Amino acid sequence: MNRIAGNTAEQSADPTQLTRMTVNGETVEREVSVRMLLSDFLRHELGLTGTHVGCEHGVCGACTVMINGRSGRSCLTFAVQADGADIRTIESVADENGDLHTLQEAFRDCHALQCGYCTPGMIMNILSHLEADDEIDLSDEGIRELLSGNLCRCTGYANIIKAVRQAADTGNWNRT
Amino acid sequence: MSTRMFGAPVKRNADSKFLKGEGAFVDDIPLPGVKHAAFVRSPFARAHIKSIDTSAAAAHPGVLAVYTCDNIGPLDIEMPLLIPHESMTDARTQRPLARNDVYYVGQTVAMVVAVDRYVAEDAALLIEVDYEPLDVELDLEAAVRDGAPLVHATHPNNVAADFNQICGDPSAGYAEAEHVTRIQIQVDRSTSAAMECRAVAARFDPITGELIVWDTTQAPISVRGGLASILQLDEDKVRVVAPDVGGGFGQKVLLFYPDELLVPYAAMQLGSPVKYIEDRRENFIGSSQERTQIHMIQLHAKKNGEVVALKDFFLHDTGAFIPYGIAVAQVASTSIAGPYRIPNIEVRFQAVYTPTVPVTPYRGCGRPQSCFAIERAMDQLAEDLGLDRFEVRRRNLITENQFPYVREGLLFADGLRVSLDSGQYHKALDMVHDSIGADDFPAQQEAARAEGKYLGLGLAYYVEGTGLGPYEGGHIKIHPITGKVYVNTGLSGQGQGHETVFAQIVADQLGVAVEDVILTEGDTGAYDWGVATFASRAAVVSGNAIYKTARIVRGQTITAAANMLEADPEQIELRDGAAWIIGGNRNVPLAAVATATNPLRYAFNDAAQAATQFAPASRHDGPPLDEGQHPGLEATDYYSPECATWAYGVHGAIVEVDPDTCSVKIRKYVCIHDCGNMINPVIVDGQVMGGLAQGFGGALMERIEYDADGNPTNANFVDFLIPYATEIPDVDIQHLETPSPLNPLGVKGVGEAGCIAVGATVASGVADALSSLGGHKFHHTPITPSMIFDAINPS
Ligand code: FES
Ligand code: FES
Repeated sequence: MNRIAGNTAEQSADPTQLTRMTVNGETVEREVSVRMLLSDFLRHELGLTGTHVGCEHGVCGACTVMINGRSGRSCLTFAVQADGADIRTIESVADENGDLHTLQEAFRDCHALQCGYCTPGMIMNILSHLEADDEIDLSDEGIRELLSGNLCRCTGYANIIKAVRQAADTGNWNRT
Repeated sequence: MSTRMFGAPVKRNADSKFLKGEGAFVDDIPLPGVKHAAFVRSPFARAHIKSIDTSAAAAHPGVLAVYTCDNIGPLDIEMPLLIPHESMTDARTQRPLARNDVYYVGQTVAMVVAVDRYVAEDAALLIEVDYEPLDVELDLEAAVRDGAPLVHATHPNNVAADFNQICGDPSAGYAEAEHVTRIQIQVDRSTSAAMECRAVAARFDPITGELIVWDTTQAPISVRGGLASILQLDEDKVRVVAPDVGGGFGQKVLLFYPDELLVPYAAMQLGSPVKYIEDRRENFIGSSQERTQIHMIQLHAKKNGEVVALKDFFLHDTGAFIPYGIAVAQVASTSIAGPYRIPNIEVRFQAVYTPTVPVTPYRGCGRPQSCFAIERAMDQLAEDLGLDRFEVRRRNLITENQFPYVREGLLFADGLRVSLDSGQYHKALDMVHDSIGADDFPAQQEAARAEGKYLGLGLAYYVEGTGLGPYEGGHIKIHPITGKVYVNTGLSGQGQGHETVFAQIVADQLGVAVEDVILTEGDTGAYDWGVATFASRAAVVSGNAIYKTARIVRGQTITAAANMLEADPEQIELRDGAAWIIGGNRNVPLAAVATATNPLRYAFNDAAQAATQFAPASRHDGPPLDEGQHPGLEATDYYSPECATWAYGVHGAIVEVDPDTCSVKIRKYVCIHDCGNMINPVIVDGQVMGGLAQGFGGALMERIEYDADGNPTNANFVDFLIPYATEIPDVDIQHLETPSPLNPLGVKGVGEAGCIAVGATVASGVADALSSLGGHKFHHTPITPSMIFDAINPS
């Protein structure tokens, strides 16, 4: 305390690269360190902290976002790899008034979250399936399979399965 | 609000923000200019440190500071022993940064603070530590033998604690017995594995002298006390906030982890905010774990199956240090007789140091192990005596007219006696018997065997002492402008829905909507008396404190409203956010009542006009506030339980074992559960189901592995398996609601319930399934495919 501030570089000496992508419909352009993870980029450069990090080795799914319409692990992607990509995060799911999306509403109805840490990754994964054209198997087993890339340590999954079914049944999905 | 909210399946108040990604977890809190900490950790399970060279790291661009034990001032200490106990001598706790010796792989040796985490980790790699590795013994049974390498030279045979407890007259029981069943069981080590790892951020304000610490802790008030004491700060100058926390399950109740002291210290030293965000590997090698115990249990019984005495000796692995005292082992030892009368008990344990991550409570806290011991022994007793497994239990269960059932001589983890307070143990057993289809099962099993399939029925009963003291408090205030009700308590939440269940309790008393009750917890700046969230105690201890407080505020509100409406207090009812004359239309909103109880000088709105000292309504003789009165509708009260309240339950399963793949499939699972009155059945089910999932993990998958040198070999989510949705079966959860006579709400805790009996139930089922193939007993969890392979291919 009370010492003269040292002469410290305020930034790392990492090489950077100009990177441009679309995030939740907005174009963003930043100089980013070439080793920065997409998860860190979204969270700390853009302040989109709804995307969570649970393992940083691709197992838990907490960091799931949509990359060009497919769900992907933002912890296994470098920000520079997402150059030119279209990224969607949890922050884009509710409408502009903040009203919950059908899937989010279903999670609330079914008590499908406890601590909420896995939730954004779950939602982005499920949403990518609901919005895609592929057939979804709504049997218990089918839904369990659909969730099998996301860990949740709180709920035991039973209510998440209910929520997926409710959302799939009630949602007005633009599916062809 | 004429409908009662207590007991209703109300949706949660907190969900929307999490669903929209607007939660505020520690790493989400914006701290401009924040610097990042990374650690150097021991690569050896036991070693002397000969030297540490930090010069290259300190010179690395972007590094602000490098800390070792030599430059952390008041932090170069052994951290607190949280729960002292007579059974331990010279209990060993960890230093924030190692001095001279390291005791497990992962122990913190140095800390780097740098401009970002990437640079901090680069620099940590540049620190050179010269170690002299020492011999280790990882096997628990070998570690207590003479000549085993010692973790701490101070503790011969690695024994950290040795404790014997007696209930009744065991010798008389042994003499009376006609049969003795003896088994040895083992439960292996697991970890909480909350999806959010631990995290700490701190900022020191040199102008106000306030230190703010954001911490994923389950015990913010205790962290505040400890920080103030170690850093020699006034308690009021330290504010600890546990913001949104992504699961805890016990691991986050321990204090202190090294980072919880070092990060605030660095923030003060460097004059800039600092944070440390644990990564998953660090969580595996640096944050507490639990479970390993080996029990040698004996049931001394009559020929009719009545158990007259129980003798148990067990080894409890406490890891390299014992900061949480003997709590886990003590809970295990006092729960050992389960729901059974067993009048004579002798239970002794040794807590053993091993050169591994320290052991502190993980959801269940010793209960899964004692449940596994007694329940596997009960199955064996049934087999020995040729009795049905349900019947042998029926003959020993405590009956309804025997409550409270006191186990004189056993002291629970709160230091208070074990007194099982209420329950319908026989009814629960009958429910599981019928729901699992026990009567039809033998025929099914036989038919399946004819087709080469192996079905088994599993069964296990458990009890759970919950709601431990010493106390919690609640503060309630009705806001004069909005009429919303603000509730503060000293706990912290990790997803249990406190904000909703406490709101339900308050909503009933004050006649407001559940959404209009706003809970603040986990912030010592908002409420700073209390203990922590652990031992399934929030609903019981804080719930009752908040209930008592709400009753006081209700009284204040009715008295004031009666005054305003010129009616008798008995004529007033509170509903829909207002006080009404019963049966009439006249009412006054709670906001107005709250304003009117505050004698004002300045009128800022209509309600305030009525409350100014000049307004006719408040004109009376004497001072505007009578002696002993306070302005507003506001109160604080506390609840301190006389002893734990005991929840219980029983699980039944039909499992199928595939002898080719050696895998186990749960065909059907029934959980009968009783936690007294339920405040919110949906939240209770969620807690139970979450616990069950952790139980399935522990039963079949989760084991922390160390090699013979003490290296963790599966410290990541690829190799340490926790269940995905594909590994969890459907569970039929059914409730009984036997109120606890010990507290006004009649509630018992539920947080840990689900996980306790799963290991014993699954093992019971697997053993039954394979009884015709060699009769292996499955006295060890997790049950892995190789165990099954060995069981059916004995050689
Ligand atoms: S944080 Fe990306 S998968 Fe776990
Ligand atoms: S709700 Fe906590 S991890 Fe899923």
